Amino acid sequence: MELLSGADMLIRSLQDEGIEYIYGYPGGAALHIYDALFRQDKVKHILVRHEQAAVHMADGYARATGLPGTVLVTSGPGATNTITGIATAFMDSIPLVVLCGQVASTLIGEDAFQETDMIGVSRPVVKHNLSVRHPEEIPGIIRKAYYIAATGRPGPVVVDIPKDMTTPNERYEYVFPKKVKLRSYNPAIRGHAGQIKKAVDMLMAAKRPIIYAGGGVILGKATDQLTELVRMLGYPITNTLMGIGCYPASDKQHLGWLGMHGTYESNMAMHHSDLILCVGARFDDRVTNATEKFCPGARIVHIDIDPASISKTIDADVPIVGPVDAVLKEMITLVRESKETPDADAIAAWWKQIEEWRAFHGMRYETSPDVIKPQEVVEALCRLTNGEAFVTSDVGQHQMFAAQYYKFDKPNRWINSGGLGTMGFGLPAAMGVKLTHPDDDVLCITGEGSIQMNIQELSTCKQYNLPVKIINLNNQALGMVKQWQDMNYESRHAESYMGSLPDFIKLAEAYGHVGVRIDRKEDLEPKLKEVLAMKDDLVFVDIYVDRFEHVYPMQVARGSMKDMWLSKTERV
Amino acid sequence: MRRIISVLLENEPGALSRVVGLFSQRNYNIETLTVAPTEDETLSRLTVTTSGSDRVIEQITKQLNKLIEVVKLVDLTEGAHIERELMLVKLKATGSQRAEIKRTVDIFRGQIVDVTSSVYTVQLAGNSEKLDGFIQAIGTSGVLEVVRSGVSGIARGEKVLSL
Repeated sequence: MELLSGADMLIRSLQDEGIEYIYGYPGGAALHIYDALFRQDKVKHILVRHEQAAVHMADGYARATGLPGTVLVTSGPGATNTITGIATAFMDSIPLVVLCGQVASTLIGEDAFQETDMIGVSRPVVKHNLSVRHPEEIPGIIRKAYYIAATGRPGPVVVDIPKDMTTPNERYEYVFPKKVKLRSYNPAIRGHAGQIKKAVDMLMAAKRPIIYAGGGVILGKATDQLTELVRMLGYPITNTLMGIGCYPASDKQHLGWLGMHGTYESNMAMHHSDLILCVGARFDDRVTNATEKFCPGARIVHIDIDPASISKTIDADVPIVGPVDAVLKEMITLVRESKETPDADAIAAWWKQIEEWRAFHGMRYETSPDVIKPQEVVEALCRLTNGEAFVTSDVGQHQMFAAQYYKFDKPNRWINSGGLGTMGFGLPAAMGVKLTHPDDDVLCITGEGSIQMNIQELSTCKQYNLPVKIINLNNQALGMVKQWQDMNYESRHAESYMGSLPDFIKLAEAYGHVGVRIDRKEDLEPKLKEVLAMKDDLVFVDIYVDRFEHVYPMQVARGSMKDMWLSKTERV
Repeated sequence: MRRIISVLLENEPGALSRVVGLFSQRNYNIETLTVAPTEDETLSRLTVTTSGSDRVIEQITKQLNKLIEVVKLVDLTEGAHIERELMLVKLKATGSQRAEIKRTVDIFRGQIVDVTSSVYTVQLAGNSEKLDGFIQAIGTSGVLEVVRSGVSGIARGEKVLSL
């Protein structure tokens, strides 16, 4: 029988859970835990400069590896600083376990120093949260936390640990449970066979079908099954911003992503389709535009692990609750065995129509002889890294340009805050990726607004030698805000211009990194090449891009999917 | 449409706040809420009455089911069911009013459970409309205080909400 203190039990449970890295920041209520961490070397701790960044870092790690990320912080401000990160993970269904110190149980409710009701504060933005009431519960709670975070529709789980649960000299028997069983939590392990059959029949009979895939395909590790099914059928596929990489972007069946800034052909094909097979997406408002005008002729098959995502905003004709990989596998078998074949003439006509749409816009943008266009930067990066880099982004125009012009053929490589839209996400997320992918190119495509929201992490990058490449598309404005002001507020640029920008080159150097400025078009590609060759250095590349550029296509507000602006002057 | 949703919930601290929080977070309506432990001490039974379109009600039940501590739930209004609410009312009762109140209480099959020289305390059980009807019959001018338990409900017949 092994006797351990609560703090040692916690760290030991992390080891037994197979946790490699935790990201965090110490403080009073977490000190027993930090001491236990110090006395072992299996679980490595990364000290960030702000707790929000710890969560984004764990999140970036989780998105790139498919494994749950782990955070450790103290009570009060340490815990509340994680909230934006937790909400970010919650909206994108990312598995995280956030371990928060808490004041001693005897002090809870007395407004003690650094006391916050973290269970209450985090409740609306977690999949679940758990509170430790006795040290002996710790191994079971840790096991449960990871199990809940990583299964079903994944999400963040907070564990609140009062300081007296980790007291060094109070030891208890350590038993790490082999299995977790929760009578009230049983995620579906397969879809309903009858529904799947019905869906396949509809797919075979469709004349204008489209597959609409989302982040659930990546989270559910079903990209192979999706690719196989789509290729077997020969149907067009589009995906959401979160689904980028679930199907190879360079494949001819891929129409690009859809929605507010999606491609013309994706949005047109969705609107005119007669059957939508939605796989692991949730008909988010940035996809559907006005729901009452959404795809009027389409019947909808919706596969999702979360029943609450089905028929939430758009009614499904055939709902299928289940893990996407298992459901797609069954569909593949049924398609293979089916006596029916798709209507070749109808599908050929449908493709002809789609190719016309594709030719009509084709993601064109105007270039200029002397000004660097942000789109050109992303295209150059894609070329120079053979489309194989891990790309994280912040939020705004640069995020849309990165998603539009970097072509991802593999999953888990496009890492952005799609649901919550969190500025400040990009740099720490890139750090989390780089830590576990030291030999890969890791790019943080950002803007001068977003990067300043977690700029302090340049210091963490130095401490742990994380040579990410920061690509700052500097347009000297909060570009997306300014674009909306141009389009909807007669160009009244209320607070969207940032004066007094720092000298980012000197700033990078002050943190011990390399800074490179690019402001001439002819320098763009050669300098980016040099930057990418500097494998051991974090390089902050400050690129002065067109200040007046807008992101297009852009759906017309309150319109249908087919109502778009294609440039500043063309509306369809 | 008004619905009665009955939930078996893990009897753990914080479970109730998750249910209540869900309703406010997602802009759902709570009309009444009752909660108490069951014969199985690990479970609480919670009854909530709410209203909304079919789409909203479907989302409410799905979102409730997603809460880890919700073990099982049923929308009682989908089938035949019995609903009851308990009300305690303190009424001004002096002079000729006393006999009149007594008669009305009898008609509604209530009981006077406490008496002073100027006040009757009445206990009444039934569905919510019956309790509303009693207050209407008595007239609000004589009512000093009203306490209602909120709705409890159970399915008719053999149907049982249990593990």
